[in-house]
Amino acid sequence: MTESTMKPPKKTLGPVAWMREHLFSSWYNTLLTLLIGYVLVTSLGPLLSWLFFDANFAGTGPESCTGAGACWVFVSERLNFFIYGFYPDDQQWRVDVMFILLAVAFVPQFIEGFPGRKWLGIFGMTGLPLIGYFLIPGGSFGLEEVPSTKWGGLMLTLILAYIGILASLPIGTLLALGRRSDMPIIRGLCVVFIEVWRAVPLITVLFMASVMLPLFLPEGVNFEKLSRALIGITLWQSAYMAEVIRGGLQAIPRGQYEAADALGLGYWKKMGLVILPQALKLVIPGIVNTFISLFKDTTLVLIIGLFDVLGAVQSTITDPAWQNVASEGYVFVAFCFWVFCFGMSRYSQNLERKLDTGHKT
Amino acid sequence: MGNPMTEQSQTPETVSSPQGVAGDSSPIIKVEGMHKWYGDFHVLRDLNLDVKQGERIVICGPSGSGKSTFIRCINRLEEHQQGKIIVDNVELTDDIRQIDTVRREVGMVFQHFNLFPHLTVLENCCLSPMWVRKIPRKEAEATAMEYLERVKIPDQAHKFPGQLSGGQQQRVAIARALCMKPKIMLFDEPTSALDPEMIKEVLDVMIELAGSGMTMLCVTHEMGFAKTVADRVIFMDAGEIVEEAPPHEFFTNPQEPRTQKFLKQILQH
Repeated sequence: MTESTMKPPKKTLGPVAWMREHLFSSWYNTLLTLLIGYVLVTSLGPLLSWLFFDANFAGTGPESCTGAGACWVFVSERLNFFIYGFYPDDQQWRVDVMFILLAVAFVPQFIEGFPGRKWLGIFGMTGLPLIGYFLIPGGSFGLEEVPSTKWGGLMLTLILAYIGILASLPIGTLLALGRRSDMPIIRGLCVVFIEVWRAVPLITVLFMASVMLPLFLPEGVNFEKLSRALIGITLWQSAYMAEVIRGGLQAIPRGQYEAADALGLGYWKKMGLVILPQALKLVIPGIVNTFISLFKDTTLVLIIGLFDVLGAVQSTITDPAWQNVASEGYVFVAFCFWVFCFGMSRYSQNLERKLDTGHKT
Repeated sequence: MGNPMTEQSQTPETVSSPQGVAGDSSPIIKVEGMHKWYGDFHVLRDLNLDVKQGERIVICGPSGSGKSTFIRCINRLEEHQQGKIIVDNVELTDDIRQIDTVRREVGMVFQHFNLFPHLTVLENCCLSPMWVRKIPRKEAEATAMEYLERVKIPDQAHKFPGQLSGGQQQRVAIARALCMKPKIMLFDEPTSALDPEMIKEVLDVMIELAGSGMTMLCVTHEMGFAKTVADRVIFMDAGEIVEEAPPHEFFTNPQEPRTQKFLKQILQH
């Protein structure tokens, strides 16, 4: 290899050149740059001073909020409720264990080359929910029982979203395969399922699950509101997921199906080893998009009386002891959601890069 | 029906060419009065063909003559509606088990390679032996490397198909089919999607394979290949087998006017 010794002309390098090219390349770009700069400077200052400089971080009770800025004391005072809901104080370590396990399983997914990353991910999808199934409600292994009516806050949001995400992916995959099946009865059932669930707003589904489902169930069979909401969310989400995955299946060229057939791979091996790995990879952005919207949609459980993190915050900002703390509460909720949704988004980008084998079929 | 699932090995070396085979040995592929329609369109009309073990057959004809459809019927990538296809003593019917049995014994090479882009070359070759034939990974990999050696690309084993040239991909596709140790190989225009300089490397592999006694059915426009390796050349037009002859006769003394016209067109240059 011979390295070229010619350097680009000075004019195209350095910050001045960059600014000239990107910010001041013509008179109207210059104008826009100045205008946007003005808006940023005038609005960012007050925002930052409300958020940080004039805000009250330390103290106890409403009296300590004296500054003109945000009253973060409110959030820190009520943090326990925002995270655990009515979960008994002396049992909250169980939730903490789950938070730690969640972090152990998924934070390494963002660190390239972390040892055992794959196994931690698999644990996160199998062992973690299993542990949670026994740990959070209790009632076995000598753990005190905590009924789901006492769950709430961020913990409830995460439970709803996590189980919804985990269950809707495989169910959605099966529905998508069913919808493309050659067998008319299976195809018909899947089409009806998808079209019915997808055409109904989640609020209706939740309402049906909490109010109407018990009417249809036989006498004596009854499971608590949270389970019913979870089933509703999962089935509703599966219908969406099925359509996203079907898009991926349709993008796989017919030659791939034929090559798998010609090699004698039966239907399930063909799908599991050849078609789905490619199809799912293609629709990662769509799948994550669906996950993110599910994560935010869990806030709707408020209408059937479950207190997720938004519900928990909303119920406390009306507390007459505190005044004008609504903004603080909502900013906190927005921040919680943003952290998780942004995390999912980043992870999907990592995954796409990692799975790229440089092919164009 | 016989027992097609007995432990089988590579095509026996003793069967060299059909001329040496006694006339009473049963054909490995038998097609009888086969018809196929796409909707109302009659694509294949009354096809009859017997292929003996070790025989090399080249099928040619103008585009749209049904030659690809015909060989795709032999491993049931396409369904025929009338007549019989018997491959290695197994008749192709709607029964999925019969179809899978036949597909295990029939390798296929496609015009567009159809390698699995998410798997490396080696994984492409091992997939079916491991999952269909239940061969342990180590053994499957050893066999795969053997065949990759035979198609002269063992050094690409750990690359992805997307990193290979067309000719290399097609050779991997041939190796992948061979890894299942099939009794029959079908080639569906294997060189049609390749640049001219890559056609030769693929044809060389196919000629080498023909020399090893593999039963081959090959749809191709490579008349040079037909002359060198074919035992019989079949000319199809409008869904019918128009003429069937050994290559020497086929190219020097075609009987049917349609064959004469076709040969005149393709051999002009």
